[in-house]
Amino acid sequence: MASISIFTLAACSGGTAPTASDGAAGSATDAITVYNAQHDTLTQAWADAFTKETGIKVTLRQGDDSELSNQIVQEGAKSPADVFLTENSPAMTQVENAGLFADTSAKIQEQVPAEYRPSTNKWTGIAARSTVFAYDKTKLTEAQLPKSIMDLADPAWKGRWAASPSGADFQAIVSAMLELKGEAATLSWLESMKENSKAYKGNSTAMKAVNAGEVEGAVIYHYYWFGDQAKTGENSKNVALEYFKSQDPGAFVSISGGGVLASSKHQDNAQKFLEFITGKAGQTVLQTGTSFEYPVASDVAPNAKLTPLSELQAPKIDPAKLNSAKVTELMTQAGLL
Amino acid sequence: MSQAKSTAAAQPRKRFPGKTGGRGRRSGPWAVVVLCLLIAMFSLLPLGYVGVMTADAGWDTIEKLVFRPRVGELLFNTVALVVVTVPICVVLGIGGAWLVERTRLRAHKVWAVLLAAPLAIPAFVNSYAWVSAIPSLGGLFGGVLISVLSYFPLVYIPVAAVLSRMDPALEQSGSALGLGPWRVFFRVVLPQLRLAAAGGALLVSLHLLAEYGAFAMIAFDTFTTAIYDQFRSTFNGAAANMLASVLVLLCLLLLLGESKARGNARYARVGAGAQANPSRLALGGFQAPAQLGLAALSVLALGVPLFHVGRWLVAGGAEIWTRDALATSLLQTLGYGLAGALVTTILAFPLAFLVIRHPGPVSKLLEGANYISSSMPGIVVALALVTITIHYVPGVYQTAVVLVAAYALLFMPRALVNLRAGLAQAPRELDEAAQALGKPPLVAFFKVTLRLTAPAAAGGAALVFLGIVNELTATLLLAPNGTRTLATEFWTLSSEIDYTGAAPYALLMILLSAPMTYLLFAQSKKVAGQ
Repeated sequence: MASISIFTLAACSGGTAPTASDGAAGSATDAITVYNAQHDTLTQAWADAFTKETGIKVTLRQGDDSELSNQIVQEGAKSPADVFLTENSPAMTQVENAGLFADTSAKIQEQVPAEYRPSTNKWTGIAARSTVFAYDKTKLTEAQLPKSIMDLADPAWKGRWAASPSGADFQAIVSAMLELKGEAATLSWLESMKENSKAYKGNSTAMKAVNAGEVEGAVIYHYYWFGDQAKTGENSKNVALEYFKSQDPGAFVSISGGGVLASSKHQDNAQKFLEFITGKAGQTVLQTGTSFEYPVASDVAPNAKLTPLSELQAPKIDPAKLNSAKVTELMTQAGLL
Repeated sequence: MSQAKSTAAAQPRKRFPGKTGGRGRRSGPWAVVVLCLLIAMFSLLPLGYVGVMTADAGWDTIEKLVFRPRVGELLFNTVALVVVTVPICVVLGIGGAWLVERTRLRAHKVWAVLLAAPLAIPAFVNSYAWVSAIPSLGGLFGGVLISVLSYFPLVYIPVAAVLSRMDPALEQSGSALGLGPWRVFFRVVLPQLRLAAAGGALLVSLHLLAEYGAFAMIAFDTFTTAIYDQFRSTFNGAAANMLASVLVLLCLLLLLGESKARGNARYARVGAGAQANPSRLALGGFQAPAQLGLAALSVLALGVPLFHVGRWLVAGGAEIWTRDALATSLLQTLGYGLAGALVTTILAFPLAFLVIRHPGPVSKLLEGANYISSSMPGIVVALALVTITIHYVPGVYQTAVVLVAAYALLFMPRALVNLRAGLAQAPRELDEAAQALGKPPLVAFFKVTLRLTAPAAAGGAALVFLGIVNELTATLLLAPNGTRTLATEFWTLSSEIDYTGAAPYALLMILLSAPMTYLLFAQSKKVAGQ
């Protein structure tokens, strides 16, 4: 009896707590829910512009790539998500392999060039980011920089470089290395990384460590530097970027993905959202906004400050082949996780 | 003390003969036991989840994942963090409380508040400020620094409360028997602080085991940050659950330690004592060093975070206040904080009652069940609830009910420690006297014990509220879609090193926590009888 009343109480107070948010969630039945692993500020900008244009409300659920992909897999057909957006592609592949994505609409396929979407058309690229070596320009000259990301395994680099091994960004880079160099070479590189590198949480924090002189360089994505420069520049004033180029694993360009869940009850609106993101207006947000990611669709040029994608000499990799489960296993084996 | 102890020994755990017959009294404790059993079973859900996942993995996997160098590193970091931080917090907490309550420290009323105030600054906001001040901060030193500055009030507040209430007669007797002031302190005062200090130290330890944000921001790896990394990569992977199992073992060790430190002494007193003149020791030449020490502590724990939050606020200008999420997240944080605090305190009450009024192995076990969940990182508890609700109660998946349940699991000990102390000081004789005078047990309980415990309950609820305001990972995983709390918004922005954008959220978290901290502080004095 007493326990029942306590549970009723829990239900009541729990139920009344979030009323303040009801407005945000939207009462319209055509509102869509987006599981968002992209940067919050970017997706919020997309969502606001989309709602303004179509009147369709968008509710965001924030998380990391693998966190949300695994959650969607757990939820299965019961998932409340209509759309899933990521920063990288391995998490998309995971959901695709679980058979949970619907096909992307013809309009999406038309807007996004084939190189930025999987051949299966179960999801689409929405943006891209390049791997870079962000280095302390007060300590390293260009001649002293590593020629390949593989060079960082050299004992000469011990204690001098950093990364954020726990993040999806870095794990996507390792998955590219795995695809290009094979399992043995990747594991041995990861083992030397455990010896040589310092681990930080997040690319921004790793870059900040370079700026503060704690390490000489860090493997991150390019736009963290541009983002900081556009703000106060306080965390990147001593930092310069080196693009590895030459089809090196360190020149990997990672594709951010978007997909519509097959279980979504708002298929049309969900497709419309992805069409908007990959359309002119959505891609222009990438060009003019503060995210500094590369647009990949609708012929929108990148922000003028960025080196064009075509000049980065990225290795050609089918995003559908990137294997996040194997990467995590190897990183655990190397003691990085 | 020895007198109190002998009273306890002479106090048999027996039922009072009364007019109302045996039925009510008999069923009273039984109902409480059953209720506590249900609450404990609920508390053990995450442990059960980790256990099942661990068993599923099989011994070979366990061996491979637990006995590897990485786990050794994490074990070292986590144990070293607890071993170094907790004693410092205890010394600062007791030392500060003693100076403020028992010496002729100048401006002691101001210091009394300032020493409690750091509790209003979330540990990860503290970390954010310190990293702004010293970008290279990290490692064990960084972890201990942030932890001590964030958590020492958890020892200070209860200890100060006991000191302000403590019967000076005991000390006077000690002095009369020829003990010097130092000996009086160590032989008479310190033993009286045991319950409060051990409770505070346990809370600090549990925080250290479960803290994520503060350590992630300064690149210091503990079991919790590593579990979080594993979960981010593989969700409910075997490795993460193995790490969580090791963490549970660490928690059990802590509980055992606390239980030993707490002892079985009795702390309640019947009758009015000479409260009017708590004796204050003259500080003499120690006045200046004491003032300097307290000032230094306050500058480190309050000055640094407030200065840097202020600095980012100024750097961001008016623009950072225009985000829509600001108002939404403030209201949602407030709503969840209040709902969670209420539910958690109500759930903790029967447990506290059982532990104090019917001590024994069963009550200890039931109580311990709740500490285990709270020592697990929010993400483990959250994932257990995600998995359980998706598969067995999909109707409540991603609703406020599950989130509030998670808050109750995570923060029950905060309510429990306070309620326990409050109940320990509400003499059962008064309750029994009321019964002897003809009140039915439940009426007597509500009229006497509950009223005496109300301040402690308010204090516990305030602590839970503070926990919810700072909670990050469970909120992210379990909250209804579209939920934004101050903590999740702050975390999102600060991990993009958008320090200016994060500053308003930091400020709001501090502003929301400040009245709760004050309530906690004021109530702790009341529960102690002032």
